[in-house]
Amino acid sequence: MNSINVVPLFVIIPLFSAFFISIVGKFVKRNAVYALSVIPCILLSFFSFNALRLLQSAPGHMLLYKIGGWAPPFGICMAVDAFGVFMLVVVNLVALFICIYSTGYMEKYTDMPKFFTLFFLMLTGMNGLIVTGDLFNLFVFLEIASVASYALVAFGTEAEELEAAFKYAIMGSVASCFIFLGIAFLYGFTSTLNMADMARVLATSHSVFIIPFVSALFIMGFGLKAALVPFHAWLPDAHPSAPASISAMLSGVLIKTLGVYALARIFFNVLGITATHLAVFRFLGAISLVIGVVLALSQWDLKRLLAYHSISQIGYVVLGIGIGTPLGIFGGLFHLLNHSVFKSLLFLNSGAIDYSVGTRDLKHMSGLKEKMPITAGTNMIASMSIAGIPPFNGFFSKLIIIFACVQAGYFGYCLIAIVGSILTLASFMKVQRYAFLGELRQACQNVKEAPFVMKFSMIALAVICVLGGFLLLPSLRPFINNAVDVLIEGAKYSAIILGETAK
Amino acid sequence: MRHNPDAGMSIIVKTVTRLTVGLILLFGIYIVLHGHISPGGGFAGGVIIALSFVHLMLAFGKDVASRKLSKNIASNLEAVGALMFLLIAVAGFFGGSFFVNILEKGTPFKLFSAGTMLLNNVAISLKVGVGLFAIFLALVILEGSKKKK
Repeated sequence: MNSINVVPLFVIIPLFSAFFISIVGKFVKRNAVYALSVIPCILLSFFSFNALRLLQSAPGHMLLYKIGGWAPPFGICMAVDAFGVFMLVVVNLVALFICIYSTGYMEKYTDMPKFFTLFFLMLTGMNGLIVTGDLFNLFVFLEIASVASYALVAFGTEAEELEAAFKYAIMGSVASCFIFLGIAFLYGFTSTLNMADMARVLATSHSVFIIPFVSALFIMGFGLKAALVPFHAWLPDAHPSAPASISAMLSGVLIKTLGVYALARIFFNVLGITATHLAVFRFLGAISLVIGVVLALSQWDLKRLLAYHSISQIGYVVLGIGIGTPLGIFGGLFHLLNHSVFKSLLFLNSGAIDYSVGTRDLKHMSGLKEKMPITAGTNMIASMSIAGIPPFNGFFSKLIIIFACVQAGYFGYCLIAIVGSILTLASFMKVQRYAFLGELRQACQNVKEAPFVMKFSMIALAVICVLGGFLLLPSLRPFINNAVDVLIEGAKYSAIILGETAK
Repeated sequence: MRHNPDAGMSIIVKTVTRLTVGLILLFGIYIVLHGHISPGGGFAGGVIIALSFVHLMLAFGKDVASRKLSKNIASNLEAVGALMFLLIAVAGFFGGSFFVNILEKGTPFKLFSAGTMLLNNVAISLKVGVGLFAIFLALVILEGSKKKK
């Protein structure tokens, strides 16, 4: 097999696992289902690092795969560049730890095979969205991931969960409609669906209306998937209602892949970024940042509080990307990576508390540090990361975003980022105070620490939080820097793909 | 067709259904198999196949229909359809790349031509037909459990 064949494996492995588990899951023991779900995740993580290695020697720093051997403007292609590989590593690594965690956490739910089927379908959607080089394919994978996540939010089938899933499904479908309409207009205008070819046509044609109109549709559509503030209403219901491992998946990687990655890819590489787009990104990012954290301050439901913080942190990412300078985009992408690690960890912690204590209400838990030392310890690390305390990873990415604001002369946004960070710290001090410190409650006397697999995932993610700052070292920096270059030199994307095809 | 005379619709509907349901199924299969040479294909044919079972369910009640195709078998067959499609695509690696059409192409406009297209259509029809039927069955069962309360 040729080494380039690694690219379609990102779709094949999770898709096969999904349906294979759904058939054999009923006939085999629980442990076999666990093995069948963890092994594909390990393979996917391995292949994403493999793709990272392959990319260095690839021509034009792009892994281009022609599906069925058909050349791009006519056939569908898969194109993985440095930005794609960056996302693949983040998604698959986080998914691996969440999958390991789920093998312990999902004990109390019935119908394990269905859960893993949906989990892998969601992963198929996200991986497919990252690797594809075709705009309509992107939409299809987006829908696969979204529909699987609607079902996963409703997995507990309680009234509250069904309501949240219904709301999420309606709003998500509206967003998909906007995206679909945007794609239809672009297809009508350019007569092609290949992203590289579309970028070429758009760069040479002079139309006053098509780009602003389609941009507005895409900002609404992908903005809703990313939960930016005017479009965020589904998130505070959907994320707490899902099982904790799925909340971690939704908050950690889904909103970033479906929202931020797709937004950045389309705006920087296809439509061509303009100063107006960047100003809109900055504005949306800044209001998400502030409103998310302010709403989070008054929450007493632990998972709901974390969900509001997701809105606020996605604001940082979009603000960083919206600054548009290399440093700003670097900060945004670095924060994307960091947030997916620490927010997954925080949701996994809340799941461990839910598993052991049986509540998500901060008022009903206290002094858990004594009984659950590992959950408390990892939660402390994640809280300090998200609040931006040195030397954890969140500190560095926020610092870079703030520096980039100052460097580009956006002092107002700089101030907002600092205030947001302080409010985040305040709200996580509340979590620490009520959940882990203080007197142990009488009702919590018999609480036990979570099972081994759950502890393993939490510790692994905590280690990444602590070591995350090392990505800034010059030898590891190209991992993010190359992804930044893809966005900065947006037009090169289409030139490389079309150039490779012409050979 | 053994059935409870009280379940389902009137004798007229049942008689007509008995005559037509086989034809609808056959038409669905025709659409699937001719997907690569005439309008139609796996999705459209799958929907028609599902409609023949839905027709049966409307006329005779859900017990008769689910005796023909139970919920468990439906959900398994659906997964089989998806896996079959994926495996056909993966088989393309033997021809050099994902999704390569590795079979003999044959003469155009003959039934057995166009290589893996026919198999792909069958896989899609399995997935769509059984999936649609399973959704309908799930809705009927949900409605039934509401009425009992």
